[in-house]
Amino acid sequence: MTVLMTTPTRRRPARAVPTGQQSRRRRVAVSRALLWPALATSIVLTQIPFVLTIYYSLQRWNMLRPGDRGFTGLDNYVSVLRDGSFLSSLGATVAVTGTSVVASTLLGMLFAVLLDRSFVGRGVARTLMITPFLVMPAAAALVWKWSILDAATGMANWGLGLVGLPPVAWNTELPMLTIILVLTWQYTPFAMLILLAGLQAQDRDVLEAAAVDGAGALRTFGSITLPHLRQYVEIAVLLASIMLLQVFDPIAIMTRGTGGTKTLSYLLYERAFVGLEVGEAAAYGVMTVLVTIVVASVALRTLFKVFSTEGIDR
Amino acid sequence: MTSSRLRAALITAVTWVLVLMFFFPVAWMVFTAFKPEHQAATMPPTFAPDLTLDQFDAVFARDMLPYLINSLSASLGSTLLVLVLAVPAAYALSIRPVANVRDALFFFISTRFMPVAASIIPVYLLLQSVGGLDNITWLTILYVGVNLPIAVWMMRSFLAEVPREVIEAAQLDGARLGTEIFRVVLPIVLPGVAAAGLICFIFAWNEFFLANLLTAQVARPTPPFLTSFVDGRGQFLAVLSAAATVAIVPVVLAGWIAQKQLVRGLAMGAIK
Repeated sequence: MTVLMTTPTRRRPARAVPTGQQSRRRRVAVSRALLWPALATSIVLTQIPFVLTIYYSLQRWNMLRPGDRGFTGLDNYVSVLRDGSFLSSLGATVAVTGTSVVASTLLGMLFAVLLDRSFVGRGVARTLMITPFLVMPAAAALVWKWSILDAATGMANWGLGLVGLPPVAWNTELPMLTIILVLTWQYTPFAMLILLAGLQAQDRDVLEAAAVDGAGALRTFGSITLPHLRQYVEIAVLLASIMLLQVFDPIAIMTRGTGGTKTLSYLLYERAFVGLEVGEAAAYGVMTVLVTIVVASVALRTLFKVFSTEGIDR
Repeated sequence: MTSSRLRAALITAVTWVLVLMFFFPVAWMVFTAFKPEHQAATMPPTFAPDLTLDQFDAVFARDMLPYLINSLSASLGSTLLVLVLAVPAAYALSIRPVANVRDALFFFISTRFMPVAASIIPVYLLLQSVGGLDNITWLTILYVGVNLPIAVWMMRSFLAEVPREVIEAAQLDGARLGTEIFRVVLPIVLPGVAAAGLICFIFAWNEFFLANLLTAQVARPTPPFLTSFVDGRGQFLAVLSAAATVAIVPVVLAGWIAQKQLVRGLAMGAIK
């Protein structure tokens, strides 16, 4: 797998292709024509609705009282911030996302290192390991809740019983943990795949040189592999964070937001589609976007750092 | 050297134990799907059940097929549309010079980072006002919006690897743009197209939030249908496991078979 190509950074002017202003202008026009359909689709499907969300967030609008609708300025934002649910939701989102991301990155690292070695059945082991990422999240949430974590008949408690530990009421007493378990299970393969790509992109000569110089496996891992993997770890962490910030499925299916698991996306869903508070829910939507932008801007900066070493700069 | 070989064997054993633990929930779900209902949720678990296909009969007796067909049309339709839009766009971004490549790429990836919370309320209200709720075509179109940025991003990485000489040679021959894309470039990046398509298909097939919110009966896809197997009055674990097994099999099998492309696509889309 070629990652981070080190090929020359500047694109050569296309040799032997008819040059001159006219043909260049024509080629730019063709490129624009190729790019526009995708750009326009993206703008219509994502940007215009977002602008509308901002507009709605400035309105007094409950679907139960359609007559009473009008401009209210920042009132919705004031009530969002006054109401304690936003802050506790923000806390829940950070806790769920943060813990799951850290846990799946650490486990992903462990599995990447283990599955990078050659051993009997490595191909099968890798295949089995990527499966949780392929499983439909709704199916995963249902199976974990009812088959693995059920207090009376779940496999987790059976396993605890085998080693003499008392059963745990996962779903009722530890709802936050159940969500984190499922998310970690689904995202570990994702982190593993990215880190495995990083391990395979290592310069084998350097590793051999280290071995020749008598560096032990741990030492080599700490002073050569880890620094090399840093970039990959950053990307895995950031991409997983962005996906998990908007996570909805396991919360809707396993806890319905109870027990401190009401994340921002679930709160918005409740306000808009159960409470029918369009204006206020839109304000929650805008706030959610702001939170995501903070994370995403860090993510983008990292992506583009990697990106410019690859040399798209013209 | 026997001690180092012993250590290697030990690490391999630990690896296998951990991998099997990770895979266990899937294996257990499939196993439970073949049990009779009264042996599904028991303590201690039933390891030697009377294997049966009854649960699969029950799943299809509860009319799962239309839901699977809805999933298939939304996933396949959106994936095809995404590829038709993304391949030319990525081509323009990676091979032909476009002004502001960075801006365009930045824009695409930022729409992927935008939470669905940003747009769901207007989308819902607009669909409601045009009678577009519970309509598989609209769901398909929304999935295009979700998956387009990933596909553009991934295709750009694959196209960047096409040697410049190949394209220049095609241009020298006086090949027109269409020929250039279809005859010269596309065959080279076909594995990349397959990888991007597979990933878009998986995301669409597994999507729950929009599917749950924007459909009711006619256009309902599989993920929200699954939750209807949870039954407060009686035992349901075996039939739920069977339905979940049917729901995940297409994508898991496709992912296993196309593992190389999948891994490559994810790594490329993520890293480059």
